[in-house]
Amino acid sequence: MCLKMKKMADFKVICNRQLAHDTFLMTLSGKVDFHPIPGQFVNIKINGCYLRRPISICDFNDHSINLIYKVVGQGTKILSEANPGTKFNLLCGLGNGFQPHLASGRIVLVGGGVGAAPLYNLARELKARNANFCAVLGWRSADQVFYAEEFADLCKTYIATDDGKIGERGYVTDILKNSSYDYYFACGPYQMLKGVHSLGKAGQISLEERMGCGFGACMGCSCRTAQGSKRICVDGPVFFDDEVIFK
Amino acid sequence: MNRLATNLSGWQLENPVIAASGTFGFGHEFASWYDINVLGSISLKGTTKKPRFGNQTPRIAECRQGMLNAIGLQNPGVGVVISTEIPKLRETFKKKIIANVAGATVEEYLQVAECFDQVAEVALLEINLSCPNVKEGGLAFGSSAESVANICKELKKTVKKPVYIKLSPNVTDIVEIATAAEAAGADGLVLANTLLGMVVDTSSGKPIVSCGIAGFSGPAIKPVALAIVYRVFPKVKIPIIGVGGIANAADVIEFMSVGATAVQVGTQNLIDPLACHNIITELPAKMDQYGIEKLSDIVGRSHRC
Ligand SMILES: Cc1cc2nc3c(=O)[nH]c(=O)nc-3n(C[C@H](O)[C@H](O)[C@H](O)COP(=O)(O)OP(=O)(O)OC[C@H]3O[C@@H](n4cnc5c(N)ncnc54)[C@H](O)[C@@H]3O)c2cc1C
Ligand SMILES: Cc1cc2nc3c(=O)[nH]c(=O)nc-3n(C[C@H](O)[C@H](O)[C@H](O)COP(=O)(O)O)c2cc1C
Ligand code: FES
Repeated sequence: MCLKMKKMADFKVICNRQLAHDTFLMTLSGKVDFHPIPGQFVNIKINGCYLRRPISICDFNDHSINLIYKVVGQGTKILSEANPGTKFNLLCGLGNGFQPHLASGRIVLVGGGVGAAPLYNLARELKARNANFCAVLGWRSADQVFYAEEFADLCKTYIATDDGKIGERGYVTDILKNSSYDYYFACGPYQMLKGVHSLGKAGQISLEERMGCGFGACMGCSCRTAQGSKRICVDGPVFFDDEVIFK
Repeated sequence: MNRLATNLSGWQLENPVIAASGTFGFGHEFASWYDINVLGSISLKGTTKKPRFGNQTPRIAECRQGMLNAIGLQNPGVGVVISTEIPKLRETFKKKIIANVAGATVEEYLQVAECFDQVAEVALLEINLSCPNVKEGGLAFGSSAESVANICKELKKTVKKPVYIKLSPNVTDIVEIATAAEAAGADGLVLANTLLGMVVDTSSGKPIVSCGIAGFSGPAIKPVALAIVYRVFPKVKIPIIGVGGIANAADVIEFMSVGATAVQVGTQNLIDPLACHNIITELPAKMDQYGIEKLSDIVGRSHRC
């Protein structure tokens, strides 16, 4: 098991660029001594917003982290306008993260929309472990696709878009139904996760909820699981397929 | 001399800063951020007799300088709180704590209070007659002077530890309710719980939080909470714990000036896990800046100006 560490620190924007429609990549420099696990997130203080905003770590090295985020409201809009040099206060090392060592056989990473972001870090880790894996990533339209080449550098990558302009027309579940795999890691919109889960294989699923704190203090993010009530921010965001109860 | 010391019904606190119920988990969540022994004390999450899952999500929304919550008193029940959560907190926190008692009936309040009354770590009982997020209980009891007085009387018959009543600001006359609580034997007051508020999704017109209306907290409510403490202080002799929107050391000084003997910091813990720690650290310098020798000297000074 990796050492899990939480910390609060200021990070500085070194790059913030648009990757796709409404989707941005932000590189933040700072001391990365908190051993990020794929699937963990940071909670960002944004001037102009009262609550912090949770964003998954997409990638990291010793002195910087990458975040990929979609502009959906006020907070992410402000993030997208931040120039290099801007400082943000981050709570780091939040959430449990994926557990790649529990996966075996043919593994598939299933991402929907900006949910593909934390899977990139996981793909790197699976590659380092010499695992047998591929990625199935879906977006609503071709202009939203990001990191297709970065994923393709690490593993065989299949893409689905609703309009079919890139990859296959349809949903990630359409591709999964015609593939053989033993284990999955999934992150994306609720309906996609529900669809992937219903295919019945074993896997790990990253959930989302509106958060008050992101570190277990407020019970704002609770969900019912087969093992009783859990907080998505500390007991998750990643849960095993047999824990999750979909509405 | 400890310049920050304060006293609640004979219980000596090293400083007046208490983590507010519901915003500090069961305490140990914060031990990974700092040594929580710097706190004056901790008020535990509202506890009922049986476990409660709470409300559907979304339970959280944001507004300018504040937030809405509709947790709905999620807690594992008083049995588990006493057998598991308090011993776990004990590993990192060596001071006495405040138990926050909730319920749906007078009997449930009494049963939960009696359980906590037996726990050595608990210094006082905070009776939450003000939760806006559960249909049956809480606010229903806190809305009339008669029902508050009734529950106080019943509690004082059975429990030995000091009973502090946490009141709702969502009432027509809080002074009437506060004085009724004192007359019925309450040992102190906690003023106040969350206001009622809501946030609506602009595009759909739907409320963001699942129950529609929720509890409103954070810096935005500080003027309301200050005014409540200010109004109640001259009408009662029992101590008041002030709570609502406290975010820094200056806020603590304001609350004590209007009449709080101690304070609770709530929502600020969620956006800054170091909030209480930093407030306590900053207090002496703030006191120097305003020429305050001892914090206890300033309690209620606004009324003497
Ligand atoms: C564990 C976790 C990891 C995430 N990782 C990413 C990521 O890598 N990239 C990315 O683009 N997005 C991610 N999100 C979603 C992201 O947090 C929201 O899109 C963002 O908070 C929206 O903020 P806003 O101010 O732009 O939107 P607004 O709608 O203005 O926000 C208002 C409030 O609602 C909350 N909120 C709104 N949408 C969501 C949502 N979908 N999930 C949780 N809270 C929400 C906000 O945090 C804020 O408190 C993640 C969410 C969670 C819980
Ligand atoms: C997420 C959340 C949960 C809360 N849960 C409780 C609770 O269980 N019992 C209680 O008496 N008050 C509860 N409160 C109210 C706070 O203790 C406090 O009275 C209120 O939030 C005002 O203070 P603040 O503005 O500093 O947060 C809760 C508040 C929040 C934000
Ligand atoms: S967001 Fe506060 S407990 Fe999860």
